[in-house]
Amino acid sequence: MAIVAQSSKTRRIRRATLAWIVGLLFFYPIFWLVLTSFKTDADAVKPEHLLFFTPTLENYLNMTENYDYWRFATNSIITSVFATIFALAVGIPCAYAMAFNPSRATKDVLMWMLSTKMLPAAAVLYPMTFLTKSLGLFDTHFMIIVVLMLINLPIVIWMLFTYFKEIPKEIIEAGQMDGVNTWGEIKEILIPLAWGGIASTALLCFIFCWNEAYWTVRLTTTDAATLSKLIEGNRAPEGLFFGRLSAVSAAAVGPIVVLGWFCQKQLVQGLTFGAVK
Amino acid sequence: MGQIVLEKVSKSFGETQVIPPLDLTIEDGEFAVFVGPSGCGKSTLLRLIAGLEDTTSGTVSIDGENVTEVSPSKRGLAMVFQTYALYPHMTVRKNIAFPMRMAGLSEEEQDRRIMAAAESLNLVDYLDRKPGQLSGGQRQRVAIGRAIVRNPSAFLFDEPLSNLDAALRVGMRIEISEMHARMKTTMIYVTHDQVEAMTMADKIVVLQSGVIEQVGSPLELYSAPRNLFVAGFIGSPKMNLIDGEEAAKHGAKTIGIRPEHIDVVEDGGIWMGTIGVAERLGSDTFFHVNGTGLAETLTVRALGDVALRHGDTIHLNPRADEIHRFDAQGLRVS
Repeated sequence: MAIVAQSSKTRRIRRATLAWIVGLLFFYPIFWLVLTSFKTDADAVKPEHLLFFTPTLENYLNMTENYDYWRFATNSIITSVFATIFALAVGIPCAYAMAFNPSRATKDVLMWMLSTKMLPAAAVLYPMTFLTKSLGLFDTHFMIIVVLMLINLPIVIWMLFTYFKEIPKEIIEAGQMDGVNTWGEIKEILIPLAWGGIASTALLCFIFCWNEAYWTVRLTTTDAATLSKLIEGNRAPEGLFFGRLSAVSAAAVGPIVVLGWFCQKQLVQGLTFGAVK
Repeated sequence: MGQIVLEKVSKSFGETQVIPPLDLTIEDGEFAVFVGPSGCGKSTLLRLIAGLEDTTSGTVSIDGENVTEVSPSKRGLAMVFQTYALYPHMTVRKNIAFPMRMAGLSEEEQDRRIMAAAESLNLVDYLDRKPGQLSGGQRQRVAIGRAIVRNPSAFLFDEPLSNLDAALRVGMRIEISEMHARMKTTMIYVTHDQVEAMTMADKIVVLQSGVIEQVGSPLELYSAPRNLFVAGFIGSPKMNLIDGEEAAKHGAKTIGIRPEHIDVVEDGGIWMGTIGVAERLGSDTFFHVNGTGLAETLTVRALGDVALRHGDTIHLNPRADEIHRFDAQGLRVS
């Protein structure tokens, strides 16, 4: 007994140590980023000031005063929120149709949707830029919302489909017998039942939209520029200002880290695609 | 009103035809039971009537109105599912109120009907619970409650009792029968249990591979099965089927005799065999008789306890007027 207890205790300690190492490894860049954001650009590159330095808010003040952080942040919020809402507005009926009225083509359609994610974004850079410019939609919120929605739609539909599949078909059929129409089925039965799954999907979609950089950087200049663009804009040609760049990055990832922290449970559920209940 | 008429209704899933074209009429107020082995198409037939499946061809009419293309929500039917299919996120009260809310009934009317249903189904104390907090029997009652409050033109039951334990099943069976006697609404009930079919039905529809083998009252099916399938399916224990010489004596390919129509005699019986298993139920004794030279085993039902044991020789007398005769196609010869 004693030996068994001993070995299980050792194993527990070993496992905990490993978890801490992995955790710290992942946390370190963020820690470094936040730390650097409080250093002057001169201090930032000196190894002796890695941990000990005189903290300064200069970078943050500079960011809000000279770079109009709030405008970028507002753009990020507007585009991410609306892209998520529209992705759900399209994704919910779509996933509903495939989950409860499957046909022989359902699987292929799902695969086709996913396959669009396999296309390298760079491959359509030229046509996309050309199209947005010729339509007069370059650097508009509308364009960014549409793009963010479209690139996340496959993953949104896949996730919702997986959640909806778990709802017994009879419950939807009972609704039909009880006299609800298709919209009623979605509103009265599907959404309340799959609420957790829908929330996880929305959260994940929002995070993906917020973090998107390829298109937001390339299809905007100022009016619809998001925080990704702000980070990119601080990559100054005369060299990297680590302090300033860190402050901008910290301010860009901050909101999403906080949001993720509060929604950990939903996120884990979302990432495991409903496998963990 | 709730007369349901199926004309030339068929259903195929892809290349597979589950129900070849069939005609069936269920009269207003009738309690019809669809019975058959699993996979015989009885649930599919019910779902075609409900509108949950589209017909491949043919027409479904309710009270003379063609509803083939009408959505389930507009057919005015109520359905009770095997899995109950309650809305797990709603309380019992809200579950029962749901169809009325969808129909736009006033709150007072909803409350009045909920209370009436809850009282008749013994659910008054459970109205504010969620389905997850109820037992199987209570859930089934809620499902029935949800069906009755709408005053549908017909009730459809899809194996509603198969998830309940035996004792509860008997109780619910009686409740549903009483409900039918009281409401006099058309009911269509799907089951694979022939006892449920026999005890509840006004009209039994026996199905096999999507084909209607026979339609009739329980006693018609019992006393005059149209073919070998119905003969073997209706009645418990099953009818004894005998081929060969003995059948030829009666001018048939196969003869059938029910266990309760074979009398046990002291000696001098027409048939004779050795007792294999004797099942003693108190009220009856079932003897499984081997070595009769008629069939592999012959089941015989004797009233009360009969003092015969395993290995004893038993003398039997079939009642001549209870012998059913079938021809080479398995059809009844009258």
